[in-house]
Amino acid sequence: MTNIPETGRSPRVQIRLVVIQILVLSLLGTLGGRLWYLQIREGAAYAKEASGNHVQQVVEPAVRGSILDARGVPLADNETRLVVSASRTELLKQRDDGKAVLTKLAGVLGMKPDEVALKVRLCDAKTPQPCWNGSPYQPIPITDEATAKQALQIRERAEDFPGITAEPEAVRRYAAPGNANTAQVLGYLSPVTDEEITKAQDTDSPYLRSDQVGRSGLERQYDKELRGKAGVTRYEVDNLGRVIGQAEADAAQPGSNLVTSIDARVQRVAEYELNNAMKIARTQFDKITGENYKADSGAVVVMEAKTGRVVAMASAPAYDPNVWVGGISAKDYKKLTGKDSDYPLLNRAIQGQSAPGSTFKVVSTAAAVEAGYEWDGGYPCTSSYSVGGQVFKNFEGESFGPISLGRALEVSCDTVFYGLADREWKKDGGINPKKGEPKDYFYKAAHQFGLGKETGLDLPNEVTGRVPDRQWKESYWKANKDSWCKSGKKDGSYVEKIAYENCLEGNKMREGDSINYSIGQGDTLVTPIQEAVIYGAIANGGTMYTPTIGKAIVSPDGRTVHEIKPKPKGRLPVTQATIKGMDAALEGVVTRGTAAWKFGGWPQEQIPLHAKTGTAEVYGKQTTSWLATYSKDYTVVMTIAQAGTGSGASGEAVRHIYNAMYGVSDDGKIDKKNALLPTPQTGLPKIQADGTIKAPKLSKDPAKEQRASQQTAPNPGDTQPAGTVQQNTDPNRDTRRRRRKRGSRRMCT
Amino acid sequence: MTGANGFSVSGYGPARAGWTRVFARDSLARRLDWPILLSAIALSLIGSLLVFSATRNRTEINQGDPYYFLVRHLMNTGIGLALMVGTVWLGHRTLRNAVPVLYGLSLLGILAVLTPLGSTVNGAHSWIVLGGGFSLQPSEFVKIAIILGMAMLLAARVDAGDKPYPDQRTVLQALGLAAVPMLVVMLMPDLGSVMVMVMIVLGVLLASGASNRWVFGLLAAGAAGAIAVWQLHILDDYQIARFAAFANPSLDPAGVGYNTNQARIAIGSGGLTGAGLFHGSQTTGQFVPEQQTDFVFTVAGEELGFMGAGLIIVLLGVVLWRACRIARETTELYGTIVAAGIVAWFAFQSFENIGMTLGIMPVTGLPLPFVSYGGTSMFAVWVAVGLLQSIRVQRPMSA
Repeated sequence: MTNIPETGRSPRVQIRLVVIQILVLSLLGTLGGRLWYLQIREGAAYAKEASGNHVQQVVEPAVRGSILDARGVPLADNETRLVVSASRTELLKQRDDGKAVLTKLAGVLGMKPDEVALKVRLCDAKTPQPCWNGSPYQPIPITDEATAKQALQIRERAEDFPGITAEPEAVRRYAAPGNANTAQVLGYLSPVTDEEITKAQDTDSPYLRSDQVGRSGLERQYDKELRGKAGVTRYEVDNLGRVIGQAEADAAQPGSNLVTSIDARVQRVAEYELNNAMKIARTQFDKITGENYKADSGAVVVMEAKTGRVVAMASAPAYDPNVWVGGISAKDYKKLTGKDSDYPLLNRAIQGQSAPGSTFKVVSTAAAVEAGYEWDGGYPCTSSYSVGGQVFKNFEGESFGPISLGRALEVSCDTVFYGLADREWKKDGGINPKKGEPKDYFYKAAHQFGLGKETGLDLPNEVTGRVPDRQWKESYWKANKDSWCKSGKKDGSYVEKIAYENCLEGNKMREGDSINYSIGQGDTLVTPIQEAVIYGAIANGGTMYTPTIGKAIVSPDGRTVHEIKPKPKGRLPVTQATIKGMDAALEGVVTRGTAAWKFGGWPQEQIPLHAKTGTAEVYGKQTTSWLATYSKDYTVVMTIAQAGTGSGASGEAVRHIYNAMYGVSDDGKIDKKNALLPTPQTGLPKIQADGTIKAPKLSKDPAKEQRASQQTAPNPGDTQPAGTVQQNTDPNRDTRRRRRKRGSRRMCT
Repeated sequence: MTGANGFSVSGYGPARAGWTRVFARDSLARRLDWPILLSAIALSLIGSLLVFSATRNRTEINQGDPYYFLVRHLMNTGIGLALMVGTVWLGHRTLRNAVPVLYGLSLLGILAVLTPLGSTVNGAHSWIVLGGGFSLQPSEFVKIAIILGMAMLLAARVDAGDKPYPDQRTVLQALGLAAVPMLVVMLMPDLGSVMVMVMIVLGVLLASGASNRWVFGLLAAGAAGAIAVWQLHILDDYQIARFAAFANPSLDPAGVGYNTNQARIAIGSGGLTGAGLFHGSQTTGQFVPEQQTDFVFTVAGEELGFMGAGLIIVLLGVVLWRACRIARETTELYGTIVAAGIVAWFAFQSFENIGMTLGIMPVTGLPLPFVSYGGTSMFAVWVAVGLLQSIRVQRPMSA
């Protein structure tokens, strides 16, 4: 065809072809080099990145541990509910993203299709509730109240409901055994917040998105122990989130069980009696305010005197903690926390504080002994005590002549304590104390009795109460003087006058302050639990215990039991002789003193009771009733706001609690069979081999049964309903009520 | 001259019987370039495994049949082989005479893409969907048409012995011939194909012995053109985004940089020996998009490791090395130019395709020759192999 010789190829072309060849090879060399770099040199790093690329976690929540009473009766446990959930990843695989299935599901559950659709969408910054804020790989609960029939419908036609499951799941239940509500002590749960997740991320107990967290009470205090450890299954998923294999799985570890020292029966009795006492108080007429007592809130603590263990703790008003389960509705939430609510979430046994009234006199008595006053010295119990034109009256103007400190405590003679406190105040230098530290025996004693700070019991958010000492006065004055000086007028109304005086010398310990303080009036604030600790210490010979509710933490398999031992935290600043004297005086209160009228017929020989009543004044409100009592083993403290005198409002209720615990009937007969807890529960409930804890059966309402059995014997004609008064026609007579003293200087409390 | 022998084996000689004919010293089978053929077949078979691995779980595209893509890839390879045989049968010289027809047909094909017949896949409007799951990408054949057309023009006077090198006029004509379809492809826009065509034109010009001025002039024009394209916003956003992600893949790991990033993770995690065929978690998890076509190399990287992926590069190297030899050893300039054009095509397309998965080249939609799934591309490269074989078969035996 052509005549070009083989060598006819021009050198230029040949050279260029070689250049092309070299270029091509260098390109391939580049690829090889880069491949080596990625796979061999950096291979390990990329392999790591690749494995992180496609692992997703699915969380199986741990079953929360139960909260049990001292005998193993569950106060809070879990019930199985049928939970219908939708798997998002399964739904997304379907043609219409699962719309048809969800609509069908809505039909079965009797919900609106929209409602179901909203529940399975994912939350983000722009999406309002309802939406799912958990992991998209987590089954999303549609309802936790499916009926067995609905669940069956879904499970039998599984092919019609791809991605939908109906499984029984554990949901928290506050069982209220024997009607014992225990709401504020138990607390409640609510879903974990983003903030908490971030905060707990690097701790040893990180939260999961689906977690419920204890918000108050024992649920919060022992949250870590109760919560357990959620099971995490790691799945390998593809780029669309579809599961292509299972990488590893940690099984869920159920939470530990908490055994408490609460006895559900005593708890129920305490709650019932507290409510009943408040109900009765509301029927009583208050002569001072000219209307019936409001008795709007109250609390009672039953504590083992020798260990500080709380047997019962009730706060009124109460609420049903089950409203929190499965998410609280806005309406319920408002009812619990709104301005118009009576704040039933407050545990008034540890968060309610008021002036202690005469129950404070044990502190003043100890202070007097400490200051060097003889126990048996004759201290004038006059009908009134005058200081600089001011008259501080004894209650009802009573006078007993010169009496011992013990007798002063027993008859609750105010003027004895006025006199002692006044003398000490003067010794300390009066309104402008001498250089050097004033002795302040009365204030020091209060601190030594544990007032003004938390008792440290195992419940969150305990309040401190208040000891109105010089330091407090100074800081309180600094915080308020501006408004006092602004509103105060020398010749104005009562409030304005007080503001005026406070503006001038509110930072100083005035004579009247010290006098009022000595009988537990004025600015002093205590909580029922603090009183329980003090009276418990007097009962046990002087040791103050940190109160505890948790008694033991039992692992779910029952193998490891962590006991929570009683914690002595100090001794009362008194000698054994003083304690003996106080003990005798407080017994006198029951046998012949201010509480005697409520404890007539009590078998004092067999079961010696001791008590101190208190009636604290609150500016602008009705008086707060206090009744602090103890037996050999227990101390019972009850307080009711706006309910009159200590013995009047709480006398029967407290007696009924003792009746129930010791099996005493109203006429004083002891029937051991009826006794709920004649001696404190020492051991733990029996833990069975499988880790479960056997619980005795509880009757429907121990409190009502107790009242019925206590009433039987004596008066065949007595058909009064449970909890009513059996002796006195006037349950709140004025024997020990203090009238507001004219001209007394007190600030609003 | 040996040219006569060439014609005889092409079917014009006296018939010989069976195996004797095949194994005769001057037989077609003996004179075929076996390294190229075997490498190409090996690449296609490796490709079929990789395509299978990448698609057996992709229910949304394989119509529920895990073997859908495997079977089709093997079918395409078979058709490709047949096309190669046909090309060898016809011979590149015969095809030279048919160049005007081929050129016209492929130009019509890419013009048809611009009409409503064409459809857009992944931002490139370069497909004609034929129905029944088949579609054509006419720009693949344009590459062949450009090579053959330019070679015809440039070699005509030289092979006739009139001139040692193509003159200016011829070069200009050849460039014009290449520019028309390139402009059309640019309008699609199929930037990757245009880049390949530019490389082909460069390779062809180099091999034709055209004056250096043309070569450097073309390079300068290319650079100027690239700057103009950049400045005048001729590129679509997605194309600019690909370039930006190439420069900095961590810029937007969930968006534009996603492909690059996931591809690099897939390859990097392969290590020396890979996760084993069908065991790559990136592949099984479908983290790399377009993994059976443009990103097929990532499957090799992850599942076969450095050994397997390296083997692919080596096999491509064998094909290119032999093709360069064919270009150097053939006596006619026409064959040289065609072979050089094919070398430029394969070399650049392979480098660009593998380079983008390795993160050293920007992402463009170019298939890896033989390995990537795709009918038109497969057919085109096998026709090219046929051309190489034809050139080899017809070169002087004595060399």
